Amino acid sequence: MKYAALWLLALALPVQAGSKIIATGGATSIEGAAGGGIVPWAVINGYASSEQWSVLAFNNNVGVDDFSLHSYGVAASYNNQWELSYTRQQFDLDTLGGELQQDVIGLKYHIAGELLYSQMPQLSAGIQYKKHRNFALPFAVGAKDDSDIDYYLAASKVYFAAVAGRNLLLNATLRASRANQIGLLGFGSQTDHSYQWLFESSAALLLTPQLAVGVEFRQKPNQLAFADEQHWRDIFAAWFINKNFSLVGGYVDLGRIAGFSEQQGYYLALEATW
Amino acid sequence: MTIKLTPLLTGLVLCLSLAACSQKPQAPDQLYQALGAQAGLEQLVDGLLQEIEQDKQIVHHFQDTDIPRFRRLLIEQLCELSGGPCTYTGATMQESHTGFQISQADFDNLVAHLMKVMQQQKIDIKAQNQLLALLAPMYQEVVYR
Repeated sequence: MKYAALWLLALALPVQAGSKIIATGGATSIEGAAGGGIVPWAVINGYASSEQWSVLAFNNNVGVDDFSLHSYGVAASYNNQWELSYTRQQFDLDTLGGELQQDVIGLKYHIAGELLYSQMPQLSAGIQYKKHRNFALPFAVGAKDDSDIDYYLAASKVYFAAVAGRNLLLNATLRASRANQIGLLGFGSQTDHSYQWLFESSAALLLTPQLAVGVEFRQKPNQLAFADEQHWRDIFAAWFINKNFSLVGGYVDLGRIAGFSEQQGYYLALEATW
Repeated sequence: MTIKLTPLLTGLVLCLSLAACSQKPQAPDQLYQALGAQAGLEQLVDGLLQEIEQDKQIVHHFQDTDIPRFRRLLIEQLCELSGGPCTYTGATMQESHTGFQISQADFDNLVAHLMKVMQQQKIDIKAQNQLLALLAPMYQEVVYR
């Protein structure tokens, strides 16, 4: 809880936030991009509308049977168009012992469409530069590189009064990646070093303008011979307390990780935005 | 490579078909009634005008506006849009906003004010969202004209 002071500050100071409608900056995913929990969306983080700036700090925790992942970082956006993020991921091998760290620098550009206002979905393109900080273990299990870039294209749209009078957000993301377990087990393998196209998707229902429940799916590659990698999924509830503070809780199913099957557990994310 | 998309796709299709179902209109003036008919719309627009007055970012766009006329036309427009017994007699959205240099931030602020006022007046959430659905497409006729 070394960030407790930061969160208290965020709660205590109802600083003038940007003009975007509450919840339309999404939450911050584990790789630092605005989105759900595990999928980057086409939305730009924070509340910066035209010619406005926004900055945020986030702290996400995933705890499954034999592993935990702590992702934290800072991000900024401008003009509801550009999004830049820096994330440190710490992956604890609770059962095996040890920890792995990775840094992720993300950049996202809002190409076209407006989440709320256009018939066409909002479209954004992004890159995630990932650099592993403890590559000995990923190398030992067959990974080829300690750093790489993911590329993605995301489409998001809010459909008003779509389900039981509530607004529905649908998102689809196509990612090109060589990452094993999002990069925590390095990139590529000795035998296969080509990019794969991966499909990711989220649906979130806004029960109120500040409270959403949703589901996510993230297709995963399976390149390392030593252990199977499976698709990820989660269900979540997100509470946008105000424009300065949001809280996401969820249940994740990460499938098989490094030989440990049925990795399921909690997801908890806090975010402070200015 | 097996991709277990079936549950997801089933979910999406279910959502979309539910979406289609829920948009089936009941009565032509169902939304107008849910917004409180004429009295409700007057209250809504008065609330909105109060919010605009307090908003330094957008209030300057209204400095030369004939407020009583603006109020009457906005009520009329919301009445017609929501299926009420009115005919909007004002200019098109594009005509009435050209030259004002309305930014996305200005538009966002107005939407936020409308949402706040609808919540304060305890309008049914479905009606709130249905009204937003009708107003959202006006973005392209209003912003950066």
